[in-house]
Amino acid sequence: MTKKALVIDDSRAMRTILSGILGGLGYEVQGAEDGGRALDILNAGELFDLALVDWNMPQMTGYDFVCEVRKEPRFADLRLVMVTTETEISRMSEALEAGADEYIMKPFNKEMLLEKLMLLGVEADRG
Amino acid sequence: MRNRAETSDLTQVDFDFVRTLVKQHSSISLDDSKGYLISSRLLPIARGGGFGSVAALIAHLRSRPHGKVHTEVLEAVATTETSFFRDFHPYEALRDQVIPDLIRKRRESTRMLSIWSGACSSGQEPYSVAMVLRQVIPDIDTWTIQLLASDFSGAMIERARKGVFKQLEVNRGLPAHLLVRYFDQHGVSWWLKDEVKRMVTFFQQNLDREWTRIPQVDLVFLRNVLIYFDVETRRRILRKVRRHLRPDGFLVMGAAETTLSLDDSFRRVQFGRAAFYQPGEGSGQ
Repeated sequence: MTKKALVIDDSRAMRTILSGILGGLGYEVQGAEDGGRALDILNAGELFDLALVDWNMPQMTGYDFVCEVRKEPRFADLRLVMVTTETEISRMSEALEAGADEYIMKPFNKEMLLEKLMLLGVEADRG
Repeated sequence: MRNRAETSDLTQVDFDFVRTLVKQHSSISLDDSKGYLISSRLLPIARGGGFGSVAALIAHLRSRPHGKVHTEVLEAVATTETSFFRDFHPYEALRDQVIPDLIRKRRESTRMLSIWSGACSSGQEPYSVAMVLRQVIPDIDTWTIQLLASDFSGAMIERARKGVFKQLEVNRGLPAHLLVRYFDQHGVSWWLKDEVKRMVTFFQQNLDREWTRIPQVDLVFLRNVLIYFDVETRRRILRKVRRHLRPDGFLVMGAAETTLSLDDSFRRVQFGRAAFYQPGEGSGQ
């Protein structure tokens, strides 16, 4: 079965880059420009395996999105990876405590993202 | 003659001089395709030392007895690529199977674990192992943990001892919960906490010289390093590994490396997606 991922970032360029990387891993990717829109997509019933989540977005932040998602047991299997310019250790702790599974600081490159995803069992040679 | 073009702007004579120097002192074998690599790694030394060009730097090396600049050149040629939890699977195997097994075996006897990282570069490998140990052994303070880490390069050892890393380095391969747990942030630098840093003893060691500081160990990490040596040197090093590994210990190599066809007395043991190597019958000879 094809794996599905959400890429949540208000930057279209970043969504394109991240979608390209995940596409290369065999994911079917859907983009969302903020946390609220991403929640709408989840609530519409489609199941996703992975979400890459920016922190600072206009309507609902990535942090709030993580908090909302983790309130819902039906999304328990969704892996959440923060991909953000927030590089303070306190921010990282908050995100992990709220239920993010991994955290990558911008700027990053493809290799770094793949290494982080490997920690979650997501690998390039899967399909 | 295709090799001259491949040695970049180095003359064949200069390239051969550096190749011989490197082979003699660090046992690293450089084939003809490495001319560009030599040029690019020597250029910063040539500039920093006011030599003007790589050719002038090499002329200096030729005309002087072995000294500081020679050491700088040798250390610059050695590859230092590393990252926390590189390739992840070996660390997953350590965490889930290898360390718990060793702990079970040693708990009623020595309560001691000895681990050696033989080409540790700037320290990410032994520090990753240290973090795994802290995660897996709840009563770690009641154990004797001997975690040794060595490298050919003195400059790398100095860096490793500091335990200070850039954002770029902690952003690679290191699980976020371990970053938060074991590092302090100072601006753009990330300082490893003492509880992890003090677990590792660093020292300089050329793998192709006597291993006077290496005791009997449970695990040897020689990841992505044997590839830089010729076949005879690899065999010599693997023979020494067998002498220093406990019978139920393991050698951990790079993801694309194997002992196969180099030393058939090692037995390959698969742990999930990682392969470790155990000294087999007749080891220690």
